Amino acid sequence: MPTISELQAICSQVRRDIIRQTHGVQSGHPGGSLGCTEYMVALYFEIMHHDKSFQMDGKGEDLFFLSNGHISPVWYSVLARSGYFPVSELATFRKLDSRLQGHPATHEHLPGIRVASGSLGQGMSVAIGAALSKKLNGDSRMVYSLHGDGELQEGQIWEAAMYAAHNKVDNLISSIDLNGQQIDGPTEQVLSLGNLRAKWEAFGWDVLECADGNDIEQLLAALNEAKQRSGNGKPVMILMRTAMGKGVDFMEGTHHWHGVAPNDEQKDRALAQLPETLGDY
Amino acid sequence: MIQVDYSNKKDTRSGFGAGMAELGRTNPDVVALCADLIGSLKLEKFIEENPERFFQTGIAEANMMGIAAGLTIGGKIPFACTFANFATGRVYDQIRQSIAYSGKNVKIAASHAGLTLGEDGATHQILEDIGLMQMLPGFTVINPCDYNQTKAATIAAAAHDGPVYLRFGRPKWPVFTPENQEFTIGKAWHIQSGTDVSIFATGHMVLKAIEAAAQLQDKGVSAEVINIHTIKPLDIQAVIESVQKTRCAVIAEEHQRLGGLGSAIAQVTAEGCPVPLEFVAVQDSFGESGTSDALLEKYGLGASHVTAAALKVLSRK
Repeated sequence: MPTISELQAICSQVRRDIIRQTHGVQSGHPGGSLGCTEYMVALYFEIMHHDKSFQMDGKGEDLFFLSNGHISPVWYSVLARSGYFPVSELATFRKLDSRLQGHPATHEHLPGIRVASGSLGQGMSVAIGAALSKKLNGDSRMVYSLHGDGELQEGQIWEAAMYAAHNKVDNLISSIDLNGQQIDGPTEQVLSLGNLRAKWEAFGWDVLECADGNDIEQLLAALNEAKQRSGNGKPVMILMRTAMGKGVDFMEGTHHWHGVAPNDEQKDRALAQLPETLGDY
Repeated sequence: MIQVDYSNKKDTRSGFGAGMAELGRTNPDVVALCADLIGSLKLEKFIEENPERFFQTGIAEANMMGIAAGLTIGGKIPFACTFANFATGRVYDQIRQSIAYSGKNVKIAASHAGLTLGEDGATHQILEDIGLMQMLPGFTVINPCDYNQTKAATIAAAAHDGPVYLRFGRPKWPVFTPENQEFTIGKAWHIQSGTDVSIFATGHMVLKAIEAAAQLQDKGVSAEVINIHTIKPLDIQAVIESVQKTRCAVIAEEHQRLGGLGSAIAQVTAEGCPVPLEFVAVQDSFGESGTSDALLEKYGLGASHVTAAALKVLSRK
């Protein structure tokens, strides 16, 4: 098991990878990626039992589904740093003939990806299907999914929420990246999400909150608590507060960096704040 | 010439239900999902015999398509079942991203396709689904013509590795294909040979093509009738070989003229053997309430319309 400081060191490198991937192709989504770095690192380096040799069926493994596929830079970095594919491949992000498509895809057979995402609202349904498949197969491993908060504006999410509770899909732990931002501005201005805890509880989920999803210790505690609560007849939801753009001072807390890549000068300013811990690709 | 027994009618959706019942007994990986239409899709027997392999999703088709995609991870072969309208247009993006682009082994079982669902009217009479589904890369599109063929196609779809759109209908329809037939995806079925005109038909319109061929025979015209049950991948060789012989063709389908089987055959003949074509299909309009037969007549999809199209295309040779 890695120590907290080791996990924090991985987070710093992952953030460098995010900045360098998006800078390298002058496109992509750094804001949400930076905000979900601790979550991804916690899952892949601590929480999940998973196999970097990668089988699509994932039998006997914990599975992860990224529903808000635009934060692909953080997922690609964590997959590469976990050994799913060479870290050098991060340099191909969003470029022609790459396996690292703008949004995650299975089409180019990138190890670690089990379904395409990008068009929002679909990942929870797929995660439920994978969780049902595990139950049919007598596989006691868990299924995790991550969703953006703006994504909750998609109706399919609530179809999935209703289904999972009604059918006691209790091997599913979903998380919402509550950064309060979406492309056009703060979610409270674009389309208010209301009382999310009350909503998910009303839909029949076991809800827990993580006050700071960028604090790796808090996040690990929340994920471990969620694992404890699984298997009790309810799907589990973690409402995880994060800061969009976390770790780079001029990107933090604003929707401006949702889908904008840093220029040369901004890249240098960002990297100066993020120690290179594992070696850049 | 095939003899149609009009006293032996069964709905194609019951053929699907029979196929699912058989798959329930023979293939433990087959699972079914349905969005509140168990009775309409004839799933009762499968559910009765395999309750743990059935997932009732409620009236939430988008979620159903996503769950189906997820179930393939772990090796299941899901059949996502609802009316054709709700199985395609309503959930096109879910199918496109989570199933087609993701290469998932999902079978979409779509009943009540076309005008012949009848009295429910245009909200439910999808006439665009073949076009929608054949445009998706990697999707197989099948539209069987009667009960026996639908049962066989259902079993073949489960054995096929890849996403399949299986389209069938509501009304009781004459059964004229063999029981327990061998069904090969992508292989057209020659119903009768002829020399003057080819008639390519799919779904319920195969019956109308057979009836038209009899009418044409009375007029001294030798029609070749070919059942294109698999619209994609199209049996290009069968199409080209037929029109090389007859030098003209009619395409009959219960679908919009634009984007369906007619469009597919026009493309392959344009490239492989350009000949005059006529299209028996819905002419860029919505349907309406009515009986199956009355609707087919009003919208130009009766046997007499197929015959008229054949005579017209013969005059263009």
